[in-house]
Amino acid sequence: MSVSGSNSRALPWALVTPALAWTLAFFVLPFIAMGLSGLTAHEGGGLTLANYSQFFTDPSYWRAMVNSLEVTAIVTVISILLAYPFAWILAEQVPERWQRLALMLAVLPFWTSYVVRSYSWLLVLAQNGVINRALTGLGLIAEPLQLANTRFATVTGFVHFFVMLLTLTIFANLKQLSPSYRKAAADLGAGPVRTFLHVVLPLTLPGIMVGAFLTFVLCIGDYITPQILGGNNELVMPQLVMMQIGRRGDFPLASALSIILMAVVTVAYLACARWLKIERA
Amino acid sequence: MTANARNPLSTLKSHLGAACAAAALLVAAGGAEAADLNALIWCDHSDPALLQPFEEANNVKVNVKEFEGTGAGLAIVEQSQPGDWDVMVIDSIDVPRGVEKGLFEPLPEDKLPFADLFAEVKMDKSTIVDGKRYGITEKFGYNTIGFNKTKVDPADMQSLASLTGDKYKGKIAIYDYYLPVIGMAALAIGKKTADLTEADLPALKAELLKMKANAKLVGEVTASQTALATGEVDILVGGGEWVTAGLAKENPALDFSIPKEGAVLWSQSLAMFKDSKNKDMALKFIRYIMSPEGQARLATSSCYWGMPANTKAALTDEQKKTLRFDEQPGFLARAQAYPAPNADLDKKMQDMWTEMLQAQ
Repeated sequence: MSVSGSNSRALPWALVTPALAWTLAFFVLPFIAMGLSGLTAHEGGGLTLANYSQFFTDPSYWRAMVNSLEVTAIVTVISILLAYPFAWILAEQVPERWQRLALMLAVLPFWTSYVVRSYSWLLVLAQNGVINRALTGLGLIAEPLQLANTRFATVTGFVHFFVMLLTLTIFANLKQLSPSYRKAAADLGAGPVRTFLHVVLPLTLPGIMVGAFLTFVLCIGDYITPQILGGNNELVMPQLVMMQIGRRGDFPLASALSIILMAVVTVAYLACARWLKIERA
Repeated sequence: MTANARNPLSTLKSHLGAACAAAALLVAAGGAEAADLNALIWCDHSDPALLQPFEEANNVKVNVKEFEGTGAGLAIVEQSQPGDWDVMVIDSIDVPRGVEKGLFEPLPEDKLPFADLFAEVKMDKSTIVDGKRYGITEKFGYNTIGFNKTKVDPADMQSLASLTGDKYKGKIAIYDYYLPVIGMAALAIGKKTADLTEADLPALKAELLKMKANAKLVGEVTASQTALATGEVDILVGGGEWVTAGLAKENPALDFSIPKEGAVLWSQSLAMFKDSKNKDMALKFIRYIMSPEGQARLATSSCYWGMPANTKAALTDEQKKTLRFDEQPGFLARAQAYPAPNADLDKKMQDMWTEMLQAQ
């Protein structure tokens, strides 16, 4: 074995070691700790599956997962429906020289604090908020609508955030699309609608899927938005996890619930990865 | 050796937990020096108006870490090194939890103004364990009915029955903390908060569900306070002076009542850590907080107001009026203890609360 050969093998390891150490320290070890914690009894220690059985047997716990999935699905679909045309306009209709500025303006809300943004929505949707005042002022409604402290408010807060995220991924995908595809479709007699449905949309699906997956992951794990905007009128999984910690300090149950939530995210990731692999094949 | 220490799973978990907490500990300890005082506190203690006079008088820096909920606070302690913390603010009813874990140092009664405290808030049942006092009540108040007196009939607020009637449906918020609100539900059905057992849970659940059916939201401190202040709701179940007093200047219409069925008394205590490396300074801090000046500053903290435990608190007449200081003997006579369930009942109560939150 030559010295240079040994060095050439060592160098890649040396380069990835910091990243591996980081992952080990801040993901693998905490994950193992959380996994073990979830199998431990809160009172007295010892191995138990009680924390998991609590989730599967208590309808109010199970309901939290259903709520999380419902809210996440609604947010993801609405965000895609709003983000796609927005990204399309940015990529196709806005002149090239204005695109950078337009994109920056589009993501401007990212620059404000997530918590402040949620509280701002609360004030907009409140009984005495902008929307209700406008609607009553115009005589369209006699009594203020219940907008704040509802699932509608939670979804609104989420969509505001995730439309920006999806716009970025879809915009990037649209910009990578060669104009030749559309020209070829037109040469073959396809109109604009047919070209979009059969050429552009399928080719931008990877961008949609990546954005949708990011939306799914961030939305299903978010605690702040449902807590501030939802009014605790229904619980989602992250709220249920936090509840276990506050007074009782029941970290084993909180860990088990977090592992279950991670399992759902993993399934979503595998589905997304499989789909993307099939698409590439 | 404890049963936990013999359990390999617990041992591994403990080691991993310690490894994972290492970075957080470095951050927490980073700003602290040997002469500093490290305090685990609730938000009312982070007010510079409260801390600065003590820091300047004693030439010490008070490093504070806020937490919410005893479980979260005790978890921070468990993941720290012995001696990292000097004092802790804790729910008075939870002082025994800290003592059980061997965390607290008995307090020298002769050096603290116990004789000046409102007798009803000394909370001897919780703060004295095996004949030794481990906590001193510093602030208290009521979980009762907070309301906007220009929007509701104050006479209605004299009965808990108004919370479940039709008159104020959709105008109510519920404070999101299960123990005090379950205590209020107990009062509403004629049960003593100190005598609650598992057998009472079905009746309590029925009462909570009736409250939820009338409520627009169930919110933590900021959300419920905002809802009452902005007119989103007119009544806050579980509210009290801690919500209304701090907002009195901007919104004098906010008030609270102690209904005929009674109210739930909350109280927070100060405890000193057994492993503190700064016990003299920790005691000085506790003495400062319990002094008339410290009590006035704590009572009117920018985070939330509350009644000072010391009857000699140096409050202005206006502050006393806002806190309804002179009415306290009557209020205390009608208030009942915070529910203090054992671990098993506590879990069942929290699950009942979860069920209430999920109810549509």
